[in-house]
Amino acid sequence: MSTATARTLPAGPQPANRNSLVMGTAAVCAAGTMLMFGMLAIWFKFRDASPLRTDEKGKLIHDWLPSEIKVPEVAANTLMITMVIACIMAQWGVYSARRNDSSHATLSTLITGFIGVAAINAQAAIYMQMDMGVRDGAYQTMFYAVTGTMLVLLASGVAFSLVAMFRATAGRLGDKQVMTAHAMYWYFLTVVFCALWFVVYVQK
Amino acid sequence: MSTVEVPSLTHSPHPTALGLAGEWLTTTDHRRIGRMFIGGAAVWLATMVVVSTILGAERIASDSSLVPADSVLQLFSLVRTLASFGVMIPLFIGLAIVVVPMQVGARAISFARVASLGFYLWLIGSGLIVGAIAANGGPGGGNAQMVDLYLIGLALSILGALAASVSLFSTVLTARTAGMSLADAPMLAWSSLVGAAALLLTLPVMLGTIIFAAVDHHYERLAFGGNEGIMTWLGWAFTQPQTFIYVVVALGVLADMTPVMARAKQPLRGAVVIGLGLVTTALVGTVSQTSHSLNWSGSLTDKAKSFVPYALYNLLPLLGLVIVLATALLAVMSGKPKIIAPYFPTALGVGLIMAAVLGNAVQRIDQAGLAGTVFDEAALTYLTYGSVLVAWGALAFWGPRIWGKMLSDVAVVGLGVLGFIATVLASLPYYIAGFANQPADVASDFDYSGPQSLWNLLSTGGHALMALCVLAAVATVIRARMSGVNATEDPWDARTLEWSVDGGAR
Repeated sequence: MSTATARTLPAGPQPANRNSLVMGTAAVCAAGTMLMFGMLAIWFKFRDASPLRTDEKGKLIHDWLPSEIKVPEVAANTLMITMVIACIMAQWGVYSARRNDSSHATLSTLITGFIGVAAINAQAAIYMQMDMGVRDGAYQTMFYAVTGTMLVLLASGVAFSLVAMFRATAGRLGDKQVMTAHAMYWYFLTVVFCALWFVVYVQK
Repeated sequence: MSTVEVPSLTHSPHPTALGLAGEWLTTTDHRRIGRMFIGGAAVWLATMVVVSTILGAERIASDSSLVPADSVLQLFSLVRTLASFGVMIPLFIGLAIVVVPMQVGARAISFARVASLGFYLWLIGSGLIVGAIAANGGPGGGNAQMVDLYLIGLALSILGALAASVSLFSTVLTARTAGMSLADAPMLAWSSLVGAAALLLTLPVMLGTIIFAAVDHHYERLAFGGNEGIMTWLGWAFTQPQTFIYVVVALGVLADMTPVMARAKQPLRGAVVIGLGLVTTALVGTVSQTSHSLNWSGSLTDKAKSFVPYALYNLLPLLGLVIVLATALLAVMSGKPKIIAPYFPTALGVGLIMAAVLGNAVQRIDQAGLAGTVFDEAALTYLTYGSVLVAWGALAFWGPRIWGKMLSDVAVVGLGVLGFIATVLASLPYYIAGFANQPADVASDFDYSGPQSLWNLLSTGGHALMALCVLAAVATVIRARMSGVNATEDPWDARTLEWSVDGGAR
């Protein structure tokens, strides 16, 4: 009769690191960046193709922004600052989640979402102050298209904040991915808005 | 944490027809989602082939009037749109969604519901595209609302492809089984990763352009050229080199199948990875929205200035393809090959893709004078039909793992060879007609002298033969599913992960 010797099997390899939500969000952010930068590239193309004219200071400029349209710089700059604050709030959520601090994580995501709504409101205010029709000219059409796309991205950010908030409220902070992905998405929104702000509202 | 279906555990053994339909429509099983993509692509492939046949017949004689003159541009646009967004993209996304999770040992695909949403977005979008063109919309269409609808359909199709790409991208990067590094991932998984990344980086650029064009068209501004200008702004997404990105998974299929056929380990695995990556350098053309041509005139400096961007845009994808083919040849030479039926259509299909990539490189030489001719259409046909042959080989290869039945070897090889002949017939005459200056996207008002009618006749015959092949392929799959031979656990003796995990084939 044979005797079997019990052996201890060697330890198996480490399980795969599952950051699927963070990776998926990164992919979405990359796609979103290409979307907005692609649109801004077309904006540049049209602006460069517009005829040249001399402005009131005698400087030669592209006749792209119609002279009767005034870009509300205060509202645009406020919107830009608002986006940066949203990033700080989202990062606060990550910080809180790492400490299993449900109440602060909930508060941070709630504020982030609220800031998102405020940003949408600021964009609406810009529309009202500019008071131009979408079919008034090529500039107007493209302005509404590019800022409207940004609005949709912002709205999706608000929805993401709500989801993250509900998860934080329910105490599901063991899974840190949601907060990290949420913060990443708001960083992405801020970066693309920064580019849009500079091209559309500063450079005009 | 989200919950997904685990194959073979959640389905009742004898569901009612309604229950089965419900299971399919709401499924999160990656194999079902992938098969729905492939099924949808087969429908649009059949549509595309039939329309191509009609357009070919229209071009045989100058007095032909099969198609109203004002619909010709729309039908050409339909063929181009379907080739990319109806056939190539969904076919390989579907294939990857079915096979890749099994290859990397994942229990399920990442974001299964996102992948499912992607399918429905794509299905609705592609349906809207066809419906809009049928109702006098699309590029050059006379019905403004239907032109808008075409653009909406295109945007939805892109969103669908992007959603599925996010799912695939995350699966390969984060759902690999313990111990499998990215370097160990099978070539199909790797090609799916780079293909998905390339789609994620290029299709949003197209989406942004569509948003501009749609708003511009809807509000009757003509900054983007109205209905006639759509293809000017979006045409790059339906032609080479952007279309190479859509078929990079096809090369992964060949790279995975060759070592199995050769009974050898893949030599220079790293080189294959580089080759697959190089094919996706085609995205450079997309991001810059240009395809540099080679102007071989002027001083040596002028030639060099022209050659460098030309090579970057058009020759790097070709180099990638050559590397993949060379390493496949190395694998064959280092092993003891035993030809398996699925390898026939796969190898033939990759050969046709090679013809498209070479054709693109020739077309971009200014001195060849091929711009605006049917040469470009021929390259697209080579690419589309070549990718269909590869997908046919892939279905025959992985089919046993998907539905547990073997496809008939005779049908697989026979349809592969017939499909190859059909593709050459459909495409090669237009490579020649391109040199004879037959213009693209028109069916009349060109010089029919010489053998021009013969080229158009041969091409029409090729498309018609391909239509028969598609129908026969669908019939073969249905027959195998109903009464085919049950597959063994590892019918090709592949010994790779997808054949060893419990997949619950059905």
